[in-house]
Amino acid sequence: MLTIKNLHAEIDGKPILKGIDLQVNAGETHAVMGPNGSGKSTLAHVLSGREGYTPTEGEVIFEGKNLLEMEPEERAREGVFLAFQYPIEIPGVSNTNLLKEGLNEIRKHRGEPELSAGDFLKLVREKAKLVEMKKELLNRSVNEGFSGGEKKRNEIFQLAVLDPKLALLDETDSGLDIDALRVVAKGVNAVRNEKNAFLLVTHYQRLLNYIVPDFVHVLADGTIVKSGGKELALELEERGYEWISEKAESA
Amino acid sequence: MANDEKAELERLANEEYKYGFVTDVESETLPKGLNEDVVRWISAKKGEPAWMTEKRLAAFRRWTKMPEPHWANVEIAPIDYQELSYYSGPKKDRPKSLDEVDPELLETFEKLGVPMQERAALAGVAVDAVFDSVSVATTYREELAERGIIFSSISEAIREHPDLVKKYIGTVVPPSDNFYAAMNSAVFSDGTFVYVPKGVRCPMELSTYFRINAANTGQFERTLIIADEGAYVSYLEGCTAPIRDENQLHAAVVELIAHKDAEIKYSTVQNWYAGDKEGKGGVYNFVTKRGLCEGENSKISWTQVETGSAITWKYPSCILRGDNSVGEFYSVALTRNRQQADTGTKMVHLGKNTKSNVVSKGISAGYSQNSYRGLVKVGKNAEGARNFSQCDSLLIGDKCGAHTFPYLEIDNPSAQVEHEATTSKIGEDRIFYLKQRGLDEENAVSMIVNGYCKEVFRELPMEFAVEAQKLLSVSLEGSVG
Repeated sequence: MLTIKNLHAEIDGKPILKGIDLQVNAGETHAVMGPNGSGKSTLAHVLSGREGYTPTEGEVIFEGKNLLEMEPEERAREGVFLAFQYPIEIPGVSNTNLLKEGLNEIRKHRGEPELSAGDFLKLVREKAKLVEMKKELLNRSVNEGFSGGEKKRNEIFQLAVLDPKLALLDETDSGLDIDALRVVAKGVNAVRNEKNAFLLVTHYQRLLNYIVPDFVHVLADGTIVKSGGKELALELEERGYEWISEKAESA
Repeated sequence: MANDEKAELERLANEEYKYGFVTDVESETLPKGLNEDVVRWISAKKGEPAWMTEKRLAAFRRWTKMPEPHWANVEIAPIDYQELSYYSGPKKDRPKSLDEVDPELLETFEKLGVPMQERAALAGVAVDAVFDSVSVATTYREELAERGIIFSSISEAIREHPDLVKKYIGTVVPPSDNFYAAMNSAVFSDGTFVYVPKGVRCPMELSTYFRINAANTGQFERTLIIADEGAYVSYLEGCTAPIRDENQLHAAVVELIAHKDAEIKYSTVQNWYAGDKEGKGGVYNFVTKRGLCEGENSKISWTQVETGSAITWKYPSCILRGDNSVGEFYSVALTRNRQQADTGTKMVHLGKNTKSNVVSKGISAGYSQNSYRGLVKVGKNAEGARNFSQCDSLLIGDKCGAHTFPYLEIDNPSAQVEHEATTSKIGEDRIFYLKQRGLDEENAVSMIVNGYCKEVFRELPMEFAVEAQKLLSVSLEGSVG
């Protein structure tokens, strides 16, 4: 589904990613871990096309297409979804209105007809239930006045409705207490299937107790220094990131 | 450039102002110039009684002694008032019924989305259609008359209800008020008259649709709305004009009078032609709108969505004379390209425990200048007066300007007056968030702007709110990037 080859990227002329190689297939969940400043959030932003995160070398092929050439909205319509670390508030725009516009754009792109108002509402209700999203939040302005936990849950709810092929979760666990984390993880697990793939960007191992990854990659100073199975995360938890960084330096 | 991309661009360019067509009707247009003969001619043309002709002449004499105002934050090339024609109307006489209206005219209004058929889908809205200087048709009059509601063109009202008109016209906006009000009082051509009798709740939205068609003409609309004791009326106006290189002048006067326990809701969606990208052409919209809350517990509420006009100079105001009366002003003003808007409100508290609420949302794009100018005045007898004003400005791009000029004149120490103002740039992070959900840049901006204006849009009647949103989206096309 996603092939990243020797990806370099910079912010304001400062190199952050220095040669990332990664292969993600449908049905897989990958966790990208690493210390602060290692470039893991940058990776998520480069993949989603955020302005200011400039790829300088390498390529990213998504479903056979050159992802880096696309505008952010084209990537979204092709099926790339970013769950934001800090979800944005949009006053006066209701959650359902945003989702309706977004979903219809995505459907149009796929050559599918727009959903009728009735079918859309049915879908929204169903997905809200799936991720335990409070009904009263559906018609509120996007993220406005939401608690930290509600914002993160809203990202997962949007993910469930838009049903992307590739979901990038940027530090979805940050700022969540254990109960909120459990609900968010439950939502993600409910959405996981054979056809989609997840890339979780996280600093801590605890999220991975609830969303169990197939692969774990450790990022340090802009490159993947170690990859492994879910047990790698536990090892990191025990030994800290310095263990990896030292290993990388000595190698 | 790929062919389909080119076609798309052309489509967008053409869509810029879709109301810019010209209707080919035989018109009777006065030669250019303004003098006493012109004033007399207009009055005679409308078959007015002598008292009205006298009022007009007095206003004209006053006007000749008044200076053109230059305090607004706008740049205007000098206007030669003798180079304009002060009357233009379709040649045929006003028909007796809708069936007899010139199909060309009906088609014009249908094209503009104005429901002129009484059994149309938009039943529940009665329409008075004003084409250049003349009201060409008014719908649902009989139904309204059954309840004692008068809904007619002002020309007819002067002939058929002279006592009512004489009693109220010029009482809220006297000719001496300002240069353009004096001019309007001398040469006003047509407009709407509404009277809702005691205790009657008007069962449908009343609306007037103003269309300037002729070139080099001024449109001088005069509207007078009276809600008698305990009455309620909701009134809407919409405005468009063809694309012309010359500037057109629209100098209107609107007067509202709400008696004891009465309520008037007045909504405007103004989309006059705004001129082209370089600022050539467009309507000068110099308007005096004022409402008088005459009786206790009366309420007047102004809601405006202003997207058109090259220059807007307009301050819908409320005089809160009755105790416990309430004035409201909700405004969205969008300027782009070279448009200039200086708009706001005046809330004058005279009665006890009077309340006013002001919500103004300015949006500036391109090279436009957008100013909010608001006065809150509390008289010495206005015990317990309260005002809350919120003025927000949103900037799209970095070549435009947003300005806020709040004025306070408080002569009673018990008054509570609050003013909040914010200025923000449309956030890249918000745009990116929406793009990430599949929306393109224009759609994202339009959604953010519509969300920003929601507090005002929800004050509009349903159909108008939808129209206003669409209008805003169309107006924003090409404003980003």
